[in-house]
Amino acid sequence: MSLHKTLATAQRVLQQLSHDPRTLALVLLVPAILLTILKFVFQGNIFLFDNLAPMILGIFPLIMMFIITSVATLRERTIGTLDRLMTYPMSKLDFIFGYAIAFAVLALLQAIIASGVVLGFLGVTVLGGTLPLILSAVVAALLGTALGLFMSAFATSEFQAVQFMPAFIFPQLLTCGLFVARDHMAKVLQWFADVMPLTYGVDAMKQVTAYAGWTGVLSRDLLVVIGYGIVALILGSITIRRQE
Amino acid sequence: MEAAIKIKNVSVVLGGHFTALDDVSVELPEGQIVGFIGPSGAGKTTLIRAIVGRQKITAGSIMIFGQPAGSARLRPQLSYMTQAVSAYADLTVQQNLHYFATMFGIKRKDVGSVVTEILQVVGLTPQTKQLVGKLSGGQKQRVSLAIALIGYPKLMVLDEPTVGLDPVLRDELWKLFRKLASGGTTIIVSSHVMDEAERCDDLLLIREGKILAHDAPEALCAKTHSKTVEESFLKLVGAAK
Repeated sequence: MSLHKTLATAQRVLQQLSHDPRTLALVLLVPAILLTILKFVFQGNIFLFDNLAPMILGIFPLIMMFIITSVATLRERTIGTLDRLMTYPMSKLDFIFGYAIAFAVLALLQAIIASGVVLGFLGVTVLGGTLPLILSAVVAALLGTALGLFMSAFATSEFQAVQFMPAFIFPQLLTCGLFVARDHMAKVLQWFADVMPLTYGVDAMKQVTAYAGWTGVLSRDLLVVIGYGIVALILGSITIRRQE
Repeated sequence: MEAAIKIKNVSVVLGGHFTALDDVSVELPEGQIVGFIGPSGAGKTTLIRAIVGRQKITAGSIMIFGQPAGSARLRPQLSYMTQAVSAYADLTVQQNLHYFATMFGIKRKDVGSVVTEILQVVGLTPQTKQLVGKLSGGQKQRVSLAIALIGYPKLMVLDEPTVGLDPVLRDELWKLFRKLASGGTTIIVSSHVMDEAERCDDLLLIREGKILAHDAPEALCAKTHSKTVEESFLKLVGAAK
């Protein structure tokens, strides 16, 4: 693996995005706009919104990054560029981490904008502070990127890649504690939620919302999410084959 | 002449049942332009992918410059132009070349001049700052070829490199191939355009996963009492049926 080639790949992915301002605008603004709409949906119950908004802040970016990454890497497989790169003197990790870094930059910008809107314009207060909020949102978005990279290997068309989002992310979304507290769910679903990464991403947001200062549970949550992200990246690099 | 590529009893079975290559054995000399000629679906691309190390072979062995195909030490010595335009449509011509040059291992300080020179060679200098997605078919093809020329490696494997190019440019590129070959570069070109076959030093006629003939174009024509490669190809296919 070479840092130079990894960064060159990250730069290339960002250059591609810079030529696609519509995608860039969608990525950066949609979470903030959706959260604003949600504020008015819950105008009769602002207390509920205050608790919900940070959780949503952990989920929307993850979903968007998942879709974008899986389509981007699938495209790389279908147009032949990956085919070509795999004959090059480069490591598969240069490719994988190049993508991860590029989308991390994007996730950071997205999280800063969305957090700014939530904390400023929408007047939500979180006891844990702004930085832990942004950090948790970025970590969740990175998990989305890592899962997208991994899952794109199982899609043979862009239709399939997009469908992986409801198939793979929605079950986690339903059981992560956003709709119903996890201990109110059927036992089987609790076990399911216990091993799913999104649960920990959302839990991190709950921690940031409810507790002043950095809690031990927050550390655990973020480590679990990062751990899943790294595993997904490694699995993703295994699904890229030098020889087919 | 020392063989650059030694292919011994190579078979490739795709998807568990389709035999794309059937016990192929051939040696290809260094510093020559070798044409892989045959109808589509004959196995040309599979053989090419096996040589560049992208296709796992079911049986046999492929040695390139003394190394097994696909080994890491070969990667800096070969380039592969796929049949698809394998360049990023949403990057400019220059950004594409910069990226691939960096990944190929061209030193940072040399990347700029390497890219400028290659764009001149393929006649894309006026399009330097244009997005590849906005170019014409022939221009995209040249971007893809330009990427394969980066670093002028010892072995260039080009899958239908001149499809869709106008005759003038095609002629210029063949002159370039000839120049590179006389400098010791081994070039594999697949084509189903028979007039291009005449420009090769060595020809492999491939059909249904087997090598129907392996000879220089003139020798092939002489053996089959034909005037053109196309005629001899038709005769050989007719005889094989």
